[in-house]
Amino acid sequence: MALLPIDEGLIAEGRGLAKAIADDVQSFIARHTTVAVERTTLRFLGVDGVDRNGVPLVNIVVNALAARGMLSGGVARVLAVGKAARHLSVQETAQRIADGDAGPFDDAAKSNAPDAAQVREILEAEVASGLDRIHDAQKRRDENRARLGIGKEPLKYVIVATGNIYDDAKQGRSAAFAGADIVAVIRSTAQSLLDYVPVGATTEGFGGTWATQENFRIMRDALDDEGQKRGRYIHLTNYSSGLCMPEIAYLGAVERLDMLLNDAMYGILFRDINPRRTLIDQYISRLLCTVAGIVINTGEDNYLTTADAFDAAHTVMTSLLINEALAHRAAMPDAQMGLGHAYEIDPQIENSFLYEVAQAQLIRQVFPRAPIKWMPPTKHKTGDIFTSHVHDGLFNLTGVLTRQGIELLGMFSEAVHNPYLHDRFLSLKSASLIFNACAGLADEINWRPDGVVASRAREVMGKAVALLRLVASEGLFGAIAAGRFADVKRPIDKGKGADGVSPRATNYANPVLDALETVAGV
Amino acid sequence: MARPRESIKAYGDRLDDGAVQLSFTLPVAASPRARAAARLYAEQLGLEKVLVAHMEACGDGFSYFVVYGASRAAVDFDAIDVPVVETHDLSMEEVGDVVKRELGGKVVVVGACTGSDAHTVGIDAILNMKGYAGDYGLERYAGFEVHNLGAQIDNSELVRRALEVGAHAVLLSQVVTQRDCHKENAAAFMKELVATGRRGELLALFGGPRVDHALALALGFDAGFGTGTRPSEVANYIVGELRRRRGGKERP
Repeated sequence: MALLPIDEGLIAEGRGLAKAIADDVQSFIARHTTVAVERTTLRFLGVDGVDRNGVPLVNIVVNALAARGMLSGGVARVLAVGKAARHLSVQETAQRIADGDAGPFDDAAKSNAPDAAQVREILEAEVASGLDRIHDAQKRRDENRARLGIGKEPLKYVIVATGNIYDDAKQGRSAAFAGADIVAVIRSTAQSLLDYVPVGATTEGFGGTWATQENFRIMRDALDDEGQKRGRYIHLTNYSSGLCMPEIAYLGAVERLDMLLNDAMYGILFRDINPRRTLIDQYISRLLCTVAGIVINTGEDNYLTTADAFDAAHTVMTSLLINEALAHRAAMPDAQMGLGHAYEIDPQIENSFLYEVAQAQLIRQVFPRAPIKWMPPTKHKTGDIFTSHVHDGLFNLTGVLTRQGIELLGMFSEAVHNPYLHDRFLSLKSASLIFNACAGLADEINWRPDGVVASRAREVMGKAVALLRLVASEGLFGAIAAGRFADVKRPIDKGKGADGVSPRATNYANPVLDALETVAGV
Repeated sequence: MARPRESIKAYGDRLDDGAVQLSFTLPVAASPRARAAARLYAEQLGLEKVLVAHMEACGDGFSYFVVYGASRAAVDFDAIDVPVVETHDLSMEEVGDVVKRELGGKVVVVGACTGSDAHTVGIDAILNMKGYAGDYGLERYAGFEVHNLGAQIDNSELVRRALEVGAHAVLLSQVVTQRDCHKENAAAFMKELVATGRRGELLALFGGPRVDHALALALGFDAGFGTGTRPSEVANYIVGELRRRRGGKERP
């Protein structure tokens, strides 16, 4: 495919700035932990289940730890002393704590309690089992993918959101029947703000379906079965975002999810989640994704639905470079970075299609190995479904022309209702038609160096690097507080989940984190 | 403008042909029987001269249809009464002048998308400086003081803040409409507002993609605004209504 003439020096400068920004954030992350990180540690070590009131044990243990002011030491030591001094399994220690036994906390607080290296040694078998669970899941996924084969890019991604996991499974199967490669189950509204992961199979949700381990399993089984019938691997997507970001990443890893939306910036800007909390959580969740081979999807598309898509195009590129640098800090390979953007310029603007092509082609070029996650028009859609269908056609044409990797298909009924079965069918049919009809188009195009597309791409890249310079000077936390992204201002100490952050003490112990970093190769 | 007749039907290419197009899915595999079922179904919907233009499998055990037909249905247009929000069409500057000249001080507006609904798109379109479709939001109006609380705000919080800042108008936005949760939540909001005993102190506006004026009135609001509403319509309504009430010596 022909490349737009973009100054490589400018791209390199952008990457350098993004790396400096990410390094600054990482030095903060490395000195802190959160309640979600510690809950994830417990899950990884094998703690499971709920108490008699249905509260997850991992929440009970971590809340008790935090209440005693012991979060800074990490939760692993509590399990280690339970195991070493009382010969309890990690599950038994958690159960005793849930039953009101404060002994493990007292033991962990003693001056002769095991140090970080000793904790690692004591919990070696549990850590190894956790890694095995993830590796086994990955192996099964790899086998299924190899056996069934993957669809052609752009992979066709659709959403189901009935609220009932069994209906989601039906809709997911129908989507696969109609040609979908990826099915995402939208979460119930506001799940991102829950500080726990609900449990069990669920049939009632608002605007989506609760993300639970059991629901992941039900959906995975349905798509495995449907993939077998269709002779094509069907990917499953959910959301590792919000206050349980790393826990969902762990559950996704062991239940063989293929993709997770994972973007701290999204949570900060659009869900008012505390910036510190979610950037720390994101690091652990990305480590898990790296190790599990899960493709993340970032949420820059959302910048364009709040701010004007034409004026704010460069903020997407700025954020993508930062997101890439943060993912690199979790040793994530480029092939697992589904960097997000969207087709959201007002279609009534003359040459709007050319500007969209410029943006999509630019992003394709700057991130040549990343499976770019390309989002459809939503903001300028109305109840005129016929025109919306054409609008989606322009989006599909841009997707195939610029070789986007993952294309979330537009729905003509976007502004009307959650998609009906045939809405999704028609969307898939139209995307297949355009992808097939234009399969070789990308190789036929040469860009005019002085044309509208090349000029626009140069302009966006120039502005993106200018913004990166500003963000680098302010630091990412400062830039977010100053409203540099999506016109939203979020102060570092405000937002949901802020009280779940703790500095790590010098004796902080987390053998799970150590193991993930080692395996990922951080 | 004079209408040709009071009883009207859908128009295809000539008056009173009753032409409609529709598409739907039946939970059966595509087959000649399924096609016949689609025709019968369309006839039961009240269509004549049914043409099943397209049938296609759209899932395992599901088929999709595009159907044309002529409907017998007709409505008496003159008998229809739809309450509409009466607004003037003053520019942003003119609204500012009216506020300054006739109302004095600033018009205080508090808005939020309440409940579990996480969508700020509606309230932002009306309140944010930027506005919507080239029409500036209320924050840009010289005569307005705007408090946009965003999304996922409790109803009680919106009520409390509106009363605390002495709002002239409170704006409730509801975007998610699954199982009519927008109506339930709006009703709950109004109940909270009424329970304070201060409902009469401020205008209550309800907005969202599935909101219309009639629904808003039925739920106890002063006005309702649906899809495509521009900020200037809301500004004009608020200022117009405040003016009218002031004329009637009613606060605000």
